[in-house]
Amino acid sequence: MSLLAHRTSPLWIAALIHRLSGLGLAIFLPFHFLALGLAISGEARLENFLRWTDQPLVKLSETLLVGLLAVHMLGGLRLLMLENFAWRGGQAWLALSAIAAAAVIAFLFLASMF
Amino acid sequence: MNVRLYIWQRGTALLLLPLLLLHLAVIFYATRKGLSAADILARTRGSVAWALYYGVFVAAISVHASIGVRTILAEWMPLPARMVNPAAILFGLLLAVLGIRAIAAVVLP
Repeated sequence: MSLLAHRTSPLWIAALIHRLSGLGLAIFLPFHFLALGLAISGEARLENFLRWTDQPLVKLSETLLVGLLAVHMLGGLRLLMLENFAWRGGQAWLALSAIAAAAVIAFLFLASMF
Repeated sequence: MNVRLYIWQRGTALLLLPLLLLHLAVIFYATRKGLSAADILARTRGSVAWALYYGVFVAAISVHASIGVRTILAEWMPLPARMVNPAAILFGLLLAVLGIRAIAAVVLP
């Protein structure tokens, strides 16, 4: 068996998604805080920035971020359940459900903006 | 990751779960008719409740994210082992400082 065979396992892919979504959120967070910090210079500066975020490409990026947040949260919830309760079965199905639910949340977010 | 970091990672994850659910709800609520600075600041300025909520949020996320970044730096990056902890601590401090600044910006009257 190849040394890389485990990389086709749904749970390995779920772990990779969890890590990449966490990394994406960690990269985004400082910019999120900087954006909110614009209000220190007054409401107008924050408002100007928010009007810039009305662009469709920014909306799509925000949708991706909501998806990353949801998939990281739900994937993390699965891990906490797995580690703290005697619940071992159906993990691949649960991981897939977390990804699907995150995709639905991201889609609902996108739909709510238009 | 040692046991101490593991407990902090999972403890902050548990704390973040309800905070994130509320954050997602606020995101949906605030963006339903388009974000506006006036709406955001009307909700947050002078509010002790939002200051406490975001304060706990920033503290938990600074710890949680810096431990996660530490793992990624250790496993995926060609960084000398002695640099991993300082880099992760620096990232956590950056998040904490920028997060507190953001809270002050939206909460202080």
